[in-house]
Amino acid sequence: MELCPLIKNILLLDSEGKRVAVKYYSDDWPTNSAKEAFEKTVFTKTQKTSARNEAEITMFGDYVVVYKFVQDLHFFVTGGENENEIILASVLQGFFDAVGFILRGTVDKREVLENLDLVFLCLDEIVDGGIVLETDANVIAGKVASHSMDDGAPLSEQTITQALATARERLARSLLT
Amino acid sequence: MAQPLVKKDDDRDDEADYSPFLGIEKGAVLQEARVFNDPQLDPRRCSQVITKLLYLLNQGETFTKVEATEVFFAVTKLFQSKDIGLRRMVYVMIKELSPSADEVIIVTSSLMKDMTSKTDMYRANAIRVLCRITDGTLLTQIERYLKQAIVDKNPVVASAALVSGIHLLQTNPEIVKRWSNEVQEAVQSRAALVQFHALALLHQIRQNDRLAVNKLVSSLTKGSVRSPLAQCLLIRYTSQVIRESANTQAGDRPFYDFLEGCLRHKAEMVIFEAARAITELNGVTTRELTPAITVLQLFLSSSKPVLRFAAVRTLNKVAMTHPMAVTNCNIDMESLISDQNRSIATLAITTLLKTGNESSVDRLMKQITNFMSDIADEFKIVVVEAIRSLCLKFPLKHRSLMNFLSNILREEGGFDYKKAIVDSIVILIRDIPEAKETGLLHLCEFIEDCEFTYLSTQILHFLGIEGPKTSDPSKYIRYIYNRVHLENATVRAAAVSTLAKFGAMVDTLKPRIFVLLRRCLFDNDDEVRDRATLYLNTLGGDGAVVQTGEDVKEFLFGSLDIPLVNLENSLKNYEPSEESFDIYSVPREVKTQPLAEKKAPGKKPTGLGAPPAGPPSTVDAYEKLLFSIPEFANFGKLFKSSAPVELTEAETEYAVNVVKHIFDGHVVFQYNCTNTIPEQLLENVTVIVDASEAEEFAEVASKPLKSLPYDSPGQTFVAFEKPEGTPAIGKFSNMLRFIVKEVDPSTGEAEDDGVEDEYQLEELEVVAADYILKVGVSNFRNAWENMGADCERIDEYGLGPRESLAEAVNAVIDLLGMQPCEGTEVVPNNSRSHTCLLSGVYIGNVKVLVRLQFGLDGPKDVAMKLAVRSEDESVSDAIHEIVASG
Repeated sequence: MELCPLIKNILLLDSEGKRVAVKYYSDDWPTNSAKEAFEKTVFTKTQKTSARNEAEITMFGDYVVVYKFVQDLHFFVTGGENENEIILASVLQGFFDAVGFILRGTVDKREVLENLDLVFLCLDEIVDGGIVLETDANVIAGKVASHSMDDGAPLSEQTITQALATARERLARSLLT
Repeated sequence: MAQPLVKKDDDRDDEADYSPFLGIEKGAVLQEARVFNDPQLDPRRCSQVITKLLYLLNQGETFTKVEATEVFFAVTKLFQSKDIGLRRMVYVMIKELSPSADEVIIVTSSLMKDMTSKTDMYRANAIRVLCRITDGTLLTQIERYLKQAIVDKNPVVASAALVSGIHLLQTNPEIVKRWSNEVQEAVQSRAALVQFHALALLHQIRQNDRLAVNKLVSSLTKGSVRSPLAQCLLIRYTSQVIRESANTQAGDRPFYDFLEGCLRHKAEMVIFEAARAITELNGVTTRELTPAITVLQLFLSSSKPVLRFAAVRTLNKVAMTHPMAVTNCNIDMESLISDQNRSIATLAITTLLKTGNESSVDRLMKQITNFMSDIADEFKIVVVEAIRSLCLKFPLKHRSLMNFLSNILREEGGFDYKKAIVDSIVILIRDIPEAKETGLLHLCEFIEDCEFTYLSTQILHFLGIEGPKTSDPSKYIRYIYNRVHLENATVRAAAVSTLAKFGAMVDTLKPRIFVLLRRCLFDNDDEVRDRATLYLNTLGGDGAVVQTGEDVKEFLFGSLDIPLVNLENSLKNYEPSEESFDIYSVPREVKTQPLAEKKAPGKKPTGLGAPPAGPPSTVDAYEKLLFSIPEFANFGKLFKSSAPVELTEAETEYAVNVVKHIFDGHVVFQYNCTNTIPEQLLENVTVIVDASEAEEFAEVASKPLKSLPYDSPGQTFVAFEKPEGTPAIGKFSNMLRFIVKEVDPSTGEAEDDGVEDEYQLEELEVVAADYILKVGVSNFRNAWENMGADCERIDEYGLGPRESLAEAVNAVIDLLGMQPCEGTEVVPNNSRSHTCLLSGVYIGNVKVLVRLQFGLDGPKDVAMKLAVRSEDESVSDAIHEIVASG
């Protein structure tokens, strides 16, 4: 079982360390207070670092944590101490970029809360029970954003239509300004 | 803009105020969930309510059973809506609610419909939800669809089915194993992630079949696996196969070429996975390591912190076993000391400390000094530990390293950090004689201003042992006596003990120590006063300067060689009386696990011990039992009782095991018997022992067992005399003799007439190990040196071909029956040599220490060097004899 790369949790916290959206895939933290304690440690240990360009990484106890910050949001992905760090980083990047796509570039706490349903779906599409489902942000965002589409339209088309819609909107905005 | 300050505040208020979930309350949201029941569903509104529910759960809110059930039923209504977005939220919500079995039935049909829907998104998600909440019975119904889904042309659907399979394998392995063919087909999929998930599942299905895993690996390593994640998996499986086939050392390592090839893969995660796998190979050679180290070195200068971290962490591990292989990276490593990411910097430093050579130490220390001020305690501890091992490696550098340690000792820091430093200094003092005096002074200075009572007392104790042996012991007295003035009672008491040790060891200091101790007689804490009084008396503090007696030194410095648990028990049992407590009456045997007695009569839960107090599982209990038997009362003190030895096969008519009790001049065999036949009552049970193969033993007494009813264990004893104090050995054959009476099972009454019968038992041996007590020592090195080489006996033995080094080590430990010290009974994997330390007490109360050095001589032959130290050379010889004849 250990042979398969496993994700222990994905956390999205705000600039005060409060929960925005979290998902735990492991029984290492059985209670809500255990989870909150873990989030607090992770937050305080990484708070002072700058993880705004490249994803950063740290280790404490039996966990490796990769993280990335943007605006007032802190993204974390946790794995076991022997996990391949680069796999963890690819999951983090997938989540981070997918949220970026979904929110069309304006990523902050307010936007995330307003679109929390999409962020939950996003978490649902990245990892299933600890096993990596998908790391490509485009595909993740595509699956999440296939909302308004007609029943029966195949996925790939949906993604393209979605992209077109975004492009059209951007174009319209740039013409207006 | 005129009032920027106010504006800012407003902004912040806005921000804090603004949240779609502000003031959200569980009760209200549950009320809102009633919209799910509306005949005309508003998908948008419903979606919002689900989001709110999910938000509450995510924030740690819990629903009661009733609430959860209500929400669940309401949510199931939403399957009527055709809105995709809403359906997705419904799926997530159901997974979060983890419904109970009877609730699952409600949604099963809806989900099964979605599973066969034309919409890929429905199919994929319905599979994941259904598999998450289902149980075995339902699974057989949907198995057919799942098998289809695994080979579905849509990768999302296939992945959903495969990942669900991985989870289901834990609970319903027999069903998932039937999908092997489909999974195998999916491994060939063109979609990267399908391949990854299929490979993970296929391997888990086959993981217990080594041959199948072997085949899987050899076929896939030839072909091309497209997905980087799948490639990582394959690398892990390959290392596993290599590990398990490691027995055949000859020639090239199988699959090494594959791992090396992966170092040139285009995905970083694969390159790293392969490099790490190579460094972790059992007994990896320098030639095999080189290409892996080279790619890791490239990672060290990557712009991505994650890559630098991964590389330096792996190299740090390599440096422990192959420091030379890592030295090439030293330049890159040094630049990482200033890395923004402190985890990377710490790993870099500790790696450098492991690989550095003597000449680079000073330069390195300079860099570290700057670095130490801005990292957290936990990193500092790692650095301190690395410096300690560096100092042990290069003892000549002790001056600068010891200075460094004393400098950081003076800086701010928490308990764990300070303790790590103090422990390091203590170890350096112990192992590097030249470092002793400076080290002790550093510690003295530290206790002048130390806020941790534990550390102060530890240091004072250590000073008491090491201080008197230095060239000028008097210079430490000031530091110690200052404690008596300035510290709390615990530290003061420790200081008093330390002063007494100086007084005992250094005769010239004695008068002055007496003066100081007398002052302590007026301390306001009774422990401090008691200690001062005790020491003044034992050292002869009535003014006369006398030579300190050996027994006083033993009292002050001797280690307590009695297990504390035993002492505690004895003290609890001691009743205040005229007779004072005798410490020698405390049993010295280290308690082993509860004796094997209980497992003796297979199916019956009752223990074998006859005394009503329960089975005599401890030495104490045995001793009590034996002394209560008049025939054995004059045998003296019980030296050792063996673990029970079975004399019958399991599941026979009569179950008998024996405990050997060794006394100085006697041996008592305690036969624990159980009658397992309900229709029989045994009477007058004895064991007839034939000691013809045990010449030095003569039977002196036998205590028969009057009656042995069904399933109620009893004991019979036989005692032998043997030459006093010697480890006589011999073989004994045993015959159980008794009178059988038939019992009427309905009434439980036995007939009056019985028949005499015999029952053959297995042989029993008294071996040399029976004369050695397992008694551990806390510090083997000290004990070894204190024992001295006067009665040392060293010899070498060839143990012949052995299965493994570990097996040989265990065989010798068992043969000697001594206590392994400091965890040396564990032999690390793949080591070619091992040193094992044993201690024990030989009959006649003679302490024995043994140092065993094992080495592999050729592929399987084990050679052993045995060094024995004891207080009596005849005992040292006896130990050698045991090994020679074993």
